[in-house]
Amino acid sequence: MTIAPKSSFVLSHRHLLGIEGLSATEISGLLDLGEEFVELNRQIEKKRSSLRGRTQINLFFEASTRTQSSFELAGKRLGADVMNMSVGQSAMRKGETLIDTAITLNAMHPDILVVRHHASGAVELLASKLDCSVINAGDGSHEHPTQALLDALTIRRNKGRIEGLLVAICGDILHSRVARSNIILLNAMGARVRVVAPSTLLPPGIERFGVEVARDMREGLAGADIVMMLRLQRERMNGSYVPSVSEYFHFYGLDQKKLSYAKPDALVMHPGPMNRGVEIDSIVADGAQSLIREQVEMGVAIRMAVLEALSRNLPHA
Amino acid sequence: MLSDRRPILFANARIVDPSRDLDIVGDLLIADGVIREAKKGIGAAGVPEGTDVVECRGKLIAPGLVDMRAFIGEPGAGHRETFASASQAAAAGGVTTIICQPDTSPVIDDPATVDFVLRRARDTAIVHVHPMAALTKGLEGKEMTEIGLLKAAGAVAFTDGEKCITNAQVMRRSLTYARDFDALIVHQTEDPDLIGDGVMNESEFAARLGLLGIPKAAETVMLERDIRLVALSGGRYHAASVTCAESLEVLRRAKDAGLNVTASASINHITLNENDIGPYRTFLKVSPPLRAEDDRKALVEALARGLIDVVMSDHNPQDVETKRLPFAEAAAGAIGLETMLTAGLRLVHNGEIELITLLRAMSTRPAELLGIAGGTLKSGAPADVIVVDMDVPWIIDADQLKSKCKNSPFDEARMTGRVVRTIVAGRTVYEFV
Repeated sequence: MTIAPKSSFVLSHRHLLGIEGLSATEISGLLDLGEEFVELNRQIEKKRSSLRGRTQINLFFEASTRTQSSFELAGKRLGADVMNMSVGQSAMRKGETLIDTAITLNAMHPDILVVRHHASGAVELLASKLDCSVINAGDGSHEHPTQALLDALTIRRNKGRIEGLLVAICGDILHSRVARSNIILLNAMGARVRVVAPSTLLPPGIERFGVEVARDMREGLAGADIVMMLRLQRERMNGSYVPSVSEYFHFYGLDQKKLSYAKPDALVMHPGPMNRGVEIDSIVADGAQSLIREQVEMGVAIRMAVLEALSRNLPHA
Repeated sequence: MLSDRRPILFANARIVDPSRDLDIVGDLLIADGVIREAKKGIGAAGVPEGTDVVECRGKLIAPGLVDMRAFIGEPGAGHRETFASASQAAAAGGVTTIICQPDTSPVIDDPATVDFVLRRARDTAIVHVHPMAALTKGLEGKEMTEIGLLKAAGAVAFTDGEKCITNAQVMRRSLTYARDFDALIVHQTEDPDLIGDGVMNESEFAARLGLLGIPKAAETVMLERDIRLVALSGGRYHAASVTCAESLEVLRRAKDAGLNVTASASINHITLNENDIGPYRTFLKVSPPLRAEDDRKALVEALARGLIDVVMSDHNPQDVETKRLPFAEAAAGAIGLETMLTAGLRLVHNGEIELITLLRAMSTRPAELLGIAGGTLKSGAPADVIVVDMDVPWIIDADQLKSKCKNSPFDEARMTGRVVRTIVAGRTVYEFV
């Protein structure tokens, strides 16, 4: 019933806490492994046994649909016992500290813990207190490594390469862990990265992240191979960081006109969930240049790749 | 109203064009609504056939004034002033462009209202009108307005009028966001907590009158804060109305540091001081308040040095019901569109300031800061031009002023020099006969 993985790639880390610290070789290795799982996931029989007997806990302090469900699916397809814990049901709601939660979980002897938390650095804090492997499924505005990996896999499959491409990341860079992970990954892989946003949504010092900075879409999308849109949170729309939805869409929302500033064969990405009519127009989101649905497919594959790679480092009986 | 279809040559005038540092005796030719030429000796021979030749006999010709701060009642307070009445007053005062303020009802804080103002002014005013839009929604100081869309609709700058934005985060983000659109933020820096219940300058004179004072620090503290935020954000900032020597020091440091900071002073603050309030004259109650004579002198000196960029009227029509009250209860504000030039000429005649410096602050500089046409006599510029008789003596009679409200601090004042003709886009809109 099992198909043996072709790739013998091993990741030299116990945890995956961020893209920061991964080498280009390790990133490529994970993408290659992900590629194999894309094929597997398209077959009728999707099951493998590499995580058989292992316990994977998905600990989500922040609501998530696609990340949580794809981690769950990924773990199950690899044969792990997967348990989902979300904050709504956990003791954290009752005032337990993060470290107490870690100690409690540790006592249950999980092998892999997948964590999302609203505070930057919370996943690292947990990892330091736990014996198992920890995967960061998004911590505050810091990192979201599996998103960057799935984006890279999507780009590589469609463009045949990452090196030398111009990727424009547009929108709420300030609060985005997706942007940070992608900037690090794309730089490591030799892509050119440009961020496009109003100044209120750019973190100070962004120009020293190895990116070009543009403050309008015409300039920002010029020559882009990939246009990566980011979600703008509702509470940031009305006068705090930007004046209104209509102004934001007018100047920064990706519609066909603005997309035409990019290369004719430019492809559009979005980590989801989308605000249609805020950062992206439906015609573009559902159009021929959109990779948004493919990103979701790659999400399951890349999470299987990460689980598989980390599991090879787990202690064996 | 006269319609000038034919070209006009103003001959033998004193032509002052601050945009070119020009102060000569010469001629000015206007045709098709634009300035053709302003130079020495065009002469009747050098003009197209059918040109009207006006012999100026040394009268002053200058760019029409651009008044950077005037409250007009539309929408919502047409009983105080309309675009029509304000523009009549403006034309009589040599103001060819009014910059109206957004503290109306409804507030000018969305593109549709900007559009209304522009259309209404186009249909009823005889001078140019450009609105400033609110910087925060409803002037509440909480959420920034649609700066990009408002600018595209025709707002020339962003301000909360007489309201101060106390939340430093709101000001920082607004400055940061506005920078992307090269939008100018204009702020009246007066800390409302330090103003408290104050009604005039905090001074011995106020104490003797038994009136609560407003300390200069109310202005300077907030200006200092804003300058730090400009340094942080790199925005383009204009202090709406500075009144005291301490603020000038803050301003000087900001400019020396190369920050994008400019400032206005009102005609009231450069020509009057707190003593003019005398026996509780409410027509001299303005916001921010008139300061001491030393402050007035410092403002004039700063104007001469270019530290103060703009002199504006701070035109604020208030009717009798809101002014004929005990001083503390009376509304603040004075009309000024019609009198600002003649009041400013006092300083010129007294030798306190050069004519070209005054005219620059009332025309060229505001036009530059706001990115609008006007404030120049260069060839090809719109023919917004004034003719001024510099030496004619007259006494201001508030009842004769064209504004709907008569709250002039200069009622019965003796003046020297008045506007005798105002031309907007080549059309004569005012003539004194």
